[in-house]
Amino acid sequence: MSDTLSVSIWRGGENGCYTAYQVPARENQTVLDVVTHVQRHLDPTLSYRFACRVGMCGSCAMTVNGRPRWTCRTHVSHVSDNGRLEIGPIANMPVIKDLTVDMTRFFEAWQSAQARFEPSRTRDDEIAIVKPDSPARIAADAAIECINCGVCWAACDTVRWNDDYLGPAALNRAWTLVNDERDGGNISRLKAITVNGGCQACHAHQACADHCPKALSPTASIAGLKRRAMSAYIRGELK
Amino acid sequence: MTFRQFLLQRLTAAAMVPLIVVHIVVIFIATRDGLSAAEILERTRGSVGWALFYGLFVVLAAAHGAIGVRNVLAEWTGLARSRLDIFMWVFGLSLFGLGMRAVVAVVGAS
Repeated sequence: MSDTLSVSIWRGGENGCYTAYQVPARENQTVLDVVTHVQRHLDPTLSYRFACRVGMCGSCAMTVNGRPRWTCRTHVSHVSDNGRLEIGPIANMPVIKDLTVDMTRFFEAWQSAQARFEPSRTRDDEIAIVKPDSPARIAADAAIECINCGVCWAACDTVRWNDDYLGPAALNRAWTLVNDERDGGNISRLKAITVNGGCQACHAHQACADHCPKALSPTASIAGLKRRAMSAYIRGELK
Repeated sequence: MTFRQFLLQRLTAAAMVPLIVVHIVVIFIATRDGLSAAEILERTRGSVGWALFYGLFVVLAAAHGAIGVRNVLAEWTGLARSRLDIFMWVFGLSLFGLGMRAVVAVVGAS
């Protein structure tokens, strides 16, 4: 193993460029460790986001050697190309500076898709009993672990070419709520996810599923939404 | 693509599947027995059944293709929605016209 890594990091805004750094190679080292080393020891003006460092917060997504990844759980040994790393901001979001991107459209899509819980009971009602082995709960469980990192958004072709598309993460979250028997907002949610750029815009390329660091399949969730919305449309509930 | 267009495209695709199977099987049988074009037309001309079969096929294909091409243009050209709709209708009606012309040629009186 070489003593150093040759690291290129995107610097500047949309019209920036890659800048080369030499970073000491370690036995156990994540891509986030590399970025942190550059900021702490080589150039303190480098901007990037991270918080938990353990794959929970979804803050540290970057493009690593051409592929969107969560950098805190990505070991350099798994992704470096003969000791070379190219680290850039994730795609499909405007670059603010260096490795930080503007996630406004990503989170606005969550709101547009009504990907938030709508309570159907009050605090005075009995607590809902949700059986873990019910089909709806199993479907929700399969999609529930999303950490909002934006990797699926960066990997998605449809996001790139359709400005109206709600995106895999928001639709995946909507699917978990459609399957939440405590939720009371499903009709308006199904209307929200069948507007132009809704679930029907997905081409099922499965790039989101291929890149998701949590091994979720937003494609499967979106297919479920298409089926559910189709049934609701035929029953006349989406008028 | 609106959800209604999406549903229509899916339904027309599903409806065309059995028609395509019948179409291919009939072609296979007809050509295996060595029928000439004239002999095939002799059997199809004046047939209400084949007129309905291929007439339905043309309607489904025109709707399916027009919605699909509209979606391709929407994603690749960024044209305004009103222009996309105009193109969809012109393209769909053209397909319908060309298809029905072929149907008339095959099942119409000689």
